[in-house]
Amino acid sequence: MVARTKAVAKKEVKQFLRDKRLMFVIFFFPVFLLVIFGYAVNFDVQNIELAVYDEERSDVSREFINSLTSSSYFTLTKTIDTHKEIKQTLDEKDAQVVLVFPNDFSNKFYAAKEPAKVQFLIDGVDGNTAGIIQNYVMAATQAFNQKYQQEVLADFGQGIQLPIDLHPIFWFNPDLQTTKFLIPGLIGLILIVTAVISVSLTLVREKEKGTIEQLNVSSINTIELLMGKSIPYLVISLINAVLILVAGYLLFDVVVKGNYLLLLIATLIFLFSCTSMGIFISVVSDSQQVAFTMAAFASLLPAVILSGFIFPIDSMPFLVQLLTNLTPTKFFIIALRAIILRGVGLQAFWPQLVYLLLFSFVLLGLATVMNKKKMAHR
Amino acid sequence: MNSIEINNLTKKFGSFTSVDSISFNVKQGEIFGFLGANGAGKTTTIKMLCGILAPTSGDATVGGYSIAKEPNKVKLNIGYMSQRFSLYNDLSVEENINFFGGVYGLDGKDLEDRKEWVLKIANLRGKEGLLTESLPGGIKQRLALGTAVIHKPKIVFLDEPTSGVDPISRRNFWDLIHHLADEGTTVFVTTHYLEEAEFCNNIILINAGKLIAEGSSKELKSKHLKNKMYEVECERVVDALEILEKQPYIDESSIFGNNIQISVNSLYESTKQIEETLTGQHSIEVKRIEEIIPTLENVFIHLLEKHNNGSAN
Repeated sequence: MVARTKAVAKKEVKQFLRDKRLMFVIFFFPVFLLVIFGYAVNFDVQNIELAVYDEERSDVSREFINSLTSSSYFTLTKTIDTHKEIKQTLDEKDAQVVLVFPNDFSNKFYAAKEPAKVQFLIDGVDGNTAGIIQNYVMAATQAFNQKYQQEVLADFGQGIQLPIDLHPIFWFNPDLQTTKFLIPGLIGLILIVTAVISVSLTLVREKEKGTIEQLNVSSINTIELLMGKSIPYLVISLINAVLILVAGYLLFDVVVKGNYLLLLIATLIFLFSCTSMGIFISVVSDSQQVAFTMAAFASLLPAVILSGFIFPIDSMPFLVQLLTNLTPTKFFIIALRAIILRGVGLQAFWPQLVYLLLFSFVLLGLATVMNKKKMAHR
Repeated sequence: MNSIEINNLTKKFGSFTSVDSISFNVKQGEIFGFLGANGAGKTTTIKMLCGILAPTSGDATVGGYSIAKEPNKVKLNIGYMSQRFSLYNDLSVEENINFFGGVYGLDGKDLEDRKEWVLKIANLRGKEGLLTESLPGGIKQRLALGTAVIHKPKIVFLDEPTSGVDPISRRNFWDLIHHLADEGTTVFVTTHYLEEAEFCNNIILINAGKLIAEGSSKELKSKHLKNKMYEVECERVVDALEILEKQPYIDESSIFGNNIQISVNSLYESTKQIEETLTGQHSIEVKRIEEIIPTLENVFIHLLEKHNNGSAN
């Protein structure tokens, strides 16, 4: 049993080492994704372009503008003189936000009988960014109000005590960096794509070249063959995982807070489910081309869209939330975030591992049934 | 002693019957030719005998084990080589041998000994490191046979092993097959080349899944072709064929190359009769008329025509 599995594994390694194209895909792809997602995909909103249309040009309005631009969030890019220019500015994307002060702004402000109105026109095309800008603007206004109230009361020799003073502190990712949040998802994405593609291709290649016939008539059984074929790719995937972790540490300061053994176990279980996906695809496809397309489609798309890697699952419609269960990446990412970012133990994510195992066995069962059907019709 | 015994073996794919209740025996150590046109059911039969395709009904024992009940034991005793020479082109000669040796459970000294043997029969000593891709077809074929029998099976199945290989390589390959048979291995071989079938001890012919003839090459010729055969060389071959087909003293006629081959019945008297028909009645010049010894090809065309006409009626 061991000898036959070893013979297959040895052969796979030799073939892999000779297949420069596959090697390139498997080792270049992770680096590529890491750079793309690490540097290009960034949800932190900074340097928002701000335009101001100030009908009055009072000292209060200037002070308010200064309070915005003194942070790194806003940059004043344009001063507008006519009402017409507001539309033009947003149309031509000269600014993301236009701040409008009416000509009675300072009067109302000092009279303090009714609130002085300020208008923020936000470019809503990118809803996500617009929401973030809105939050910044509201927080800035609130801070400005509070500071002014305190100054006024101090003039009368009185202090003010806020009923509640809020001090939010972000755990696990104190600076709320997107990359820290993305790295675990990225590991899941890269592993599933490389593992599913390589396992399905190595199996379908035997079918396409006809060498599978020779293996069928030999005394090697299916389990020995599958083990011999997946073990080398399992090792390759693990090497990949380590490479990403090292790159994550060097480039983005992502440190594994939890237990390395747990990380290894979770990764192995995840790779097992990727392997079963690869096996299933190899059963239903007869050429390497079909297998590659199916493997890329079935692994990449759900892993990006449905896994919670970028888009939070909680905010998806119910039916789509059900669909997210189709990708093992979802469960692996939950476990990975728990281990890498939070450093918690097995109790926080064991259901994910159980689900991954279940997923693998269901797929392997399906693959066996379909394979039997196909063999009977050959 | 029989190495393979086949009883009413049948395989259906849906409503299509690929192999239709065939029965025959193969003796230990003989070279057994399994002939038939493309789609006659040869590969399906071989797959069943190798234990990788379950029969719809009937059974066969291969090396003493039932293919229906113990396909895994069958696999331990057989070697198989297909027309596609299932070698890994991206592995070297030695890596291929090591792999198949490993798959058949060989290691250590056994593997080294057999590797030596395979290299010898494939003429690849000293070239172990060459990529299999770069080998010529004839050498690849010998290497494929070597790896298929690396575990010294009692029976080896060769499914059109010589297709696409040049004549000299084919001849060398058959020497190898004889060598295996001399050592006691039963060789079960399918082929398209009827001159190769002459090398077999026994032959069966199947058509549309049914067995239509069996015996040695000599037996088949004497049993199925009782009439004399002549070859006629003449002008306007196509016209001549049409005329000859209508003559009562001729049973069968066909074009072979630029000549016409005919088999004659009891109404035939002498070559003059043919000349009279062609030159006398139709002024077609006859250059040569010769009696010929029938080949297996003649026998099979005769049998297949008879069988197809029979099933058409």
